[in-house]
Amino acid sequence: MSIVVDEKTPVIVQGFTGRMGTFHAEEMIDYGTNVVGGIAPGKSGSDHLGLPVFDTVRDAVNETGAEASIVFVPPPFAADAIMEAVDAGISHCVCITDGIPAQDMMKVKRYMRTKRVEKRMILMGPNCAGVISPGKALLGIMPGYIYLQGPVGIIGRSGTLGYEAASQLKAIGIGVSTSVGIGGDPINGSSFTDHLKAFEQDPETSLVCLIGEIGGPQDAEAAQFARDHMHKKVVAYIAGLSAPTGRTMGHAGAIVNGAGESAAEKIEIMKNHGVTVVERPSDFGQVISKLL
Amino acid sequence: MDIHEYQAKALLSEYGVPIATGGLAYSPEQATYRAKEIGGDNWVVKAQIHSGARGKAGGIKVCEDENEVWGAADDLLGRRLVTNQTGPGGKGVYRLYIEPVVPFERELYLSMVLDRQTERIVLVMSGSGGVYIEELAETDPNAIVRIHIEPAVGLQGFQAREAAFACGLDAGLIAQAETLLLGAYRAFRDLDATLLEVNPLVVTEEGRLMALDAKMSFDDNALFRHQNVSELRDKSQEDPREMNAADRGLSYVGLDGNIGCIINGAGLAMATMDMIKHSGGEPANFLDIGGGASPERVAKAFKLVLSDDRVEAILVNIFAGINRCDWVAEGVVKALTELDVKVPVVVRLSGTNVEEGRRILDESDVDLIAAETLAEAGEKSVAAVSWEAN
Repeated sequence: MSIVVDEKTPVIVQGFTGRMGTFHAEEMIDYGTNVVGGIAPGKSGSDHLGLPVFDTVRDAVNETGAEASIVFVPPPFAADAIMEAVDAGISHCVCITDGIPAQDMMKVKRYMRTKRVEKRMILMGPNCAGVISPGKALLGIMPGYIYLQGPVGIIGRSGTLGYEAASQLKAIGIGVSTSVGIGGDPINGSSFTDHLKAFEQDPETSLVCLIGEIGGPQDAEAAQFARDHMHKKVVAYIAGLSAPTGRTMGHAGAIVNGAGESAAEKIEIMKNHGVTVVERPSDFGQVISKLL
Repeated sequence: MDIHEYQAKALLSEYGVPIATGGLAYSPEQATYRAKEIGGDNWVVKAQIHSGARGKAGGIKVCEDENEVWGAADDLLGRRLVTNQTGPGGKGVYRLYIEPVVPFERELYLSMVLDRQTERIVLVMSGSGGVYIEELAETDPNAIVRIHIEPAVGLQGFQAREAAFACGLDAGLIAQAETLLLGAYRAFRDLDATLLEVNPLVVTEEGRLMALDAKMSFDDNALFRHQNVSELRDKSQEDPREMNAADRGLSYVGLDGNIGCIINGAGLAMATMDMIKHSGGEPANFLDIGGGASPERVAKAFKLVLSDDRVEAILVNIFAGINRCDWVAEGVVKALTELDVKVPVVVRLSGTNVEEGRRILDESDVDLIAAETLAEAGEKSVAAVSWEAN
């Protein structure tokens, strides 16, 4: 097992023929992901990377049985692409695009909720590095070789900081079951809590590492969920202890606007809920190896 | 993106929010002329800077005659106003907004924000205006009404009335309040705002609701579809280094320390800053060079970091996923060869093409300190600063 994707999950690429879509589709295929085609409106009937191209997500789902999609569509059109995936019945969608207007994401989330809970699409991102289940499948843009297969689940807002954590683990021989990026935007497709639930059910995962940062309310919610509903151990790192208030730190969502949004407060909340805190970003490996 | 009060008022006015008739001035002469145009016998001269709390900082002056208007304008223009939101450097006053003094009976508070918890726009209102809403939220939370707006249908009339009644507005003002709130909401939604604040919203002695102050911020990610909003950008209110960086596709935030940072990815950049702090140092900046960084972009990042003369060491920390260590290494070599870098440079490369990157650094004759891990990167950069200091 693993969560979100494995080697069998049929995947389509939205924005397949673009520069980004092409490059990362190739990487995903090389990694062993079951990519079955892609979308490029107006180009149906042609082939790209030896795979069929479709006009719409619905066509692609009907023809290939695709269950997951990854979106490489530019910001002005990305929300539309995600909603198209919802409408076509895609179950897991990763949106890599950085720069989607927040109100577009509000609409996307609202639209996702028009489906019944059990049929509701799970969206990762936007503005994330995607998902990798090491040794099985890559639905994202992370460098596959820095991950070992193993028992640690990772959920993070940041791409590169997730790489840092995974490589510290690899250096001491610890692997990852699945690493999920939820993205650095103010409105995320899914939350830490959504994926904690999935990891709790996954027999291959024995510990979950949260990588949070300043801004937004969802780390506190995750801490509470971990205390009340998780049997597996949860560790957390929160980036941005040295970040000033009221300033956007690169990620559109990384800004301290109100109470509970600073790194210090979030760390406090994590500790109060029994979550083990990784104090220094160089200590992911050390802290996790002690708990495994 | 932030805009000035007068700009926010002009936008809101288009959506039916009542404002006073005001005029913009760039000089004392213009200010007196505007006051004459507006008429009446007393005016407020308001410094236009991207910050709240201008009144306490002396940025808002009530004037009884034209001489006073001239004097107030002369005093404010060109000054740097320091408020509790600007930081110690303050913000330069280059524009003034002149309005008549509006006698009012009571003040209210109105704002709209994007609420991340509910993922909705929330309308916040209070019958006690002219206050810091954060303080009120602590001392008297019941005095604040919050209405969450369903994105599919938008703010409804009944919700607007509910908010107005909750603020204790007289029955005769409810219809006005409804129009005002619905208009303000449309402005917020249509223009992709992230914040709208009218503090105070007043009931004038003539029994009319009016926005006496207005503040709006917009979603940078949505500016592509609002040319009318993008045009309101006032670069004089931005930190020149940050502006410079943004124009070059780099994300930069100036801080108070002395270790300059060049990192890829926002999360790793914050974590590296924290690492420096844990190692006993202080970061001089946040800088994310982004994905797919070319050697040129890395060299530009060096220039930017070095433009801060407090920088006594530079730490380059790259974990390449879609980046390439060899390109970054070329950029480091290029920067160290072309620029006059007098401070020690610590470089930590990891990820895609790392061997090639390290080889490029080794084979060049530039002077730098290599670090293997994040911990080492933090320690070596802090050591480099203290060593320089001795």
